[in-house]
Amino acid sequence: MLSTLSVGLKQLWRCICLQNRIFWRTPIAAFFTLVFPILMLVLFTAIFGNDDFDSVYGRITSSQFYTPGLAVYAAASSTYTGIGITLASRRELGILKRVRGTPLPPWAYLGGVVLSAVWIAALGVTAMVVLGVAAYGVNIEAAKLPAMIITFVVGTASFAALGLALSSLARTVSMAVPAANATLLPLAFISDIFVPFGTDIPQWLDVIGDIFPLKHFGRAFSEAMNPFSAAPAFEWQRLAILLAWLVVGALVASRKFSWEPPVLAGRSSRRRSRASGGDAE
Amino acid sequence: MPEVRRFRARDTPHLCLSAGALRGIAEAAQRLRGQRVVFATVNTAVAVDRLVKDYGSARAVDGVSFEVARGEVFALLGPNGAGKSSIVEILEGHRKRTSGTVCVLDTDPETAGSDFRERIGIVLQSSGIDPELTVREAINFYGASYQNPTATNELIELVELQDKADSRISTLSGGQQRRIDLALGLVGDPEVVFLDEPTTGFDPAARRRGWKLVERLASQQRAVLLTTHYLDEAEALADRVAVLAKGRIVAEGTPAQLRARAGSALISFVLPDHIDTVADLLAPLSGEIVGRQSSVQITTDTPTADLAHLTGWAHQRGLELEGLTVTKPSLEDVYLGLVGDGDDGGRVDAVDAVDLVDETLDQSGSDLTNEGEGVS
Repeated sequence: MLSTLSVGLKQLWRCICLQNRIFWRTPIAAFFTLVFPILMLVLFTAIFGNDDFDSVYGRITSSQFYTPGLAVYAAASSTYTGIGITLASRRELGILKRVRGTPLPPWAYLGGVVLSAVWIAALGVTAMVVLGVAAYGVNIEAAKLPAMIITFVVGTASFAALGLALSSLARTVSMAVPAANATLLPLAFISDIFVPFGTDIPQWLDVIGDIFPLKHFGRAFSEAMNPFSAAPAFEWQRLAILLAWLVVGALVASRKFSWEPPVLAGRSSRRRSRASGGDAE
Repeated sequence: MPEVRRFRARDTPHLCLSAGALRGIAEAAQRLRGQRVVFATVNTAVAVDRLVKDYGSARAVDGVSFEVARGEVFALLGPNGAGKSSIVEILEGHRKRTSGTVCVLDTDPETAGSDFRERIGIVLQSSGIDPELTVREAINFYGASYQNPTATNELIELVELQDKADSRISTLSGGQQRRIDLALGLVGDPEVVFLDEPTTGFDPAARRRGWKLVERLASQQRAVLLTTHYLDEAEALADRVAVLAKGRIVAEGTPAQLRARAGSALISFVLPDHIDTVADLLAPLSGEIVGRQSSVQITTDTPTADLAHLTGWAHQRGLELEGLTVTKPSLEDVYLGLVGDGDDGGRVDAVDAVDLVDETLDQSGSDLTNEGEGVS
């Protein structure tokens, strides 16, 4: 029993390493996950200046507003978009099917994809926070560090589950990419990530933002960095909503996830044409 | 579902029966008790009995039965859509069957876990490889999923990719990628190898080398189940061939037996345009008429008598039978006869097919690969 577990964990570790290696060889993924949010922080601060303004978190600098929000955006796009597109692409290429035909435990393979995405998210968040603190004097307190870490863990777990659900419903890359962007981007606008609406936001947009998890992830993480919040600054209610979304994502994925390539008219003929490309020696 | 009980030859060491006799016992038991009996000799790696697979209302596999012994190459030969891939994917555990019994290495693939996948190797048409990895990395990664993987360098040499070992898979040609497929199918040192059209996309030279590799697998006492729509591939590689059409096995046997089925000669000619009724021409022939349009093909064991009749008939009417030839039938002639004419694919009746199986199984103790049938 114990040896099965240790073998399984060893396999899980191998899968995490493999996913990381593949991630760094996919420049477009690395750019959108890590560079893009940092670029936004630099641009927003340059465009709007780093002055104090009235936000939902009180009167703070714009970098104090954008740093945690964009960190959360990086974490969400690494897990939700990253996992969703990666798995849809692997399914379409028949890689998931190959994996399923080997003795590799399915949980270890999927665990590798998820934990690698969480690791990349941690890198993205760390880079963002370090940049915010070093370059813009963003507030960070040791007493609220547990809240930051717990919020990060719960938030990425939730978005990872939703990424698994996304790849279960949008089963090809051509479906998963627009589905991921069409859900995450608009939400980022109404979830106090890209735009500091404060309380002026129309109520129906506020309600929509409250239903979906991105706003709760962003608010909870921002409160953990907010100079006006009292330590330990846990937002339990928001964390509970994130956990509810985790359950929703896990349920959808457990029912709909498939290792089989979707049967599409073009698929096998494409594979054949690739295969008949000849054998250049 | 009746209760399924399994008896293995090694469970009853005092019994020493041929596979044919076992089948006889199995059939008798079934008649008596109404029970389904699957038997397998120690040597049997794959046993399939009355397998059925439906996709919605479409029946893709319609009561297929066959067995593959260790050290044997068994080919499922048939056109696209005949049900080859469905059968193979059920045996691999990728798909669930609708009914029937399937036994691979004493295991039901549908409920099998990692232990089962340790022992099988899969080369599928539809499974890809991570394009971001190098050849070596891919073989290392998938190999480490098994308890006793074959050394990566050995496999790279086996599929002749030494030059490309550290190239990204995305930069390789289609044929080279198929060769990694092959390497990944063998990396776990499998007892049963499933090869789904393994040489599609290979150039002729690579194809020959692929064949050598498959022969070597069988000589290492692995069971090889091959699907192909290349006749020459089935003929060159397979100890036994099952011809599949519309989800049914329409013939089964060694390539030589299948060829023999076509008679000793094939007479072909083109009917003159203005001949409407050919009953008086064709009826007295002893052979089987394969083509039915203006191009007529007759397979026969008595070519002399049939030719005499044909030429006599034509000569009497002052006709010239264009393109009249007599040839030794190829496997292709048999194959086209079996799967070609659409609805009448089931020319070989069931009893006939069972006889063929028994004949082959009786020999399974001896060396099946030495059939003495030279392959040109």
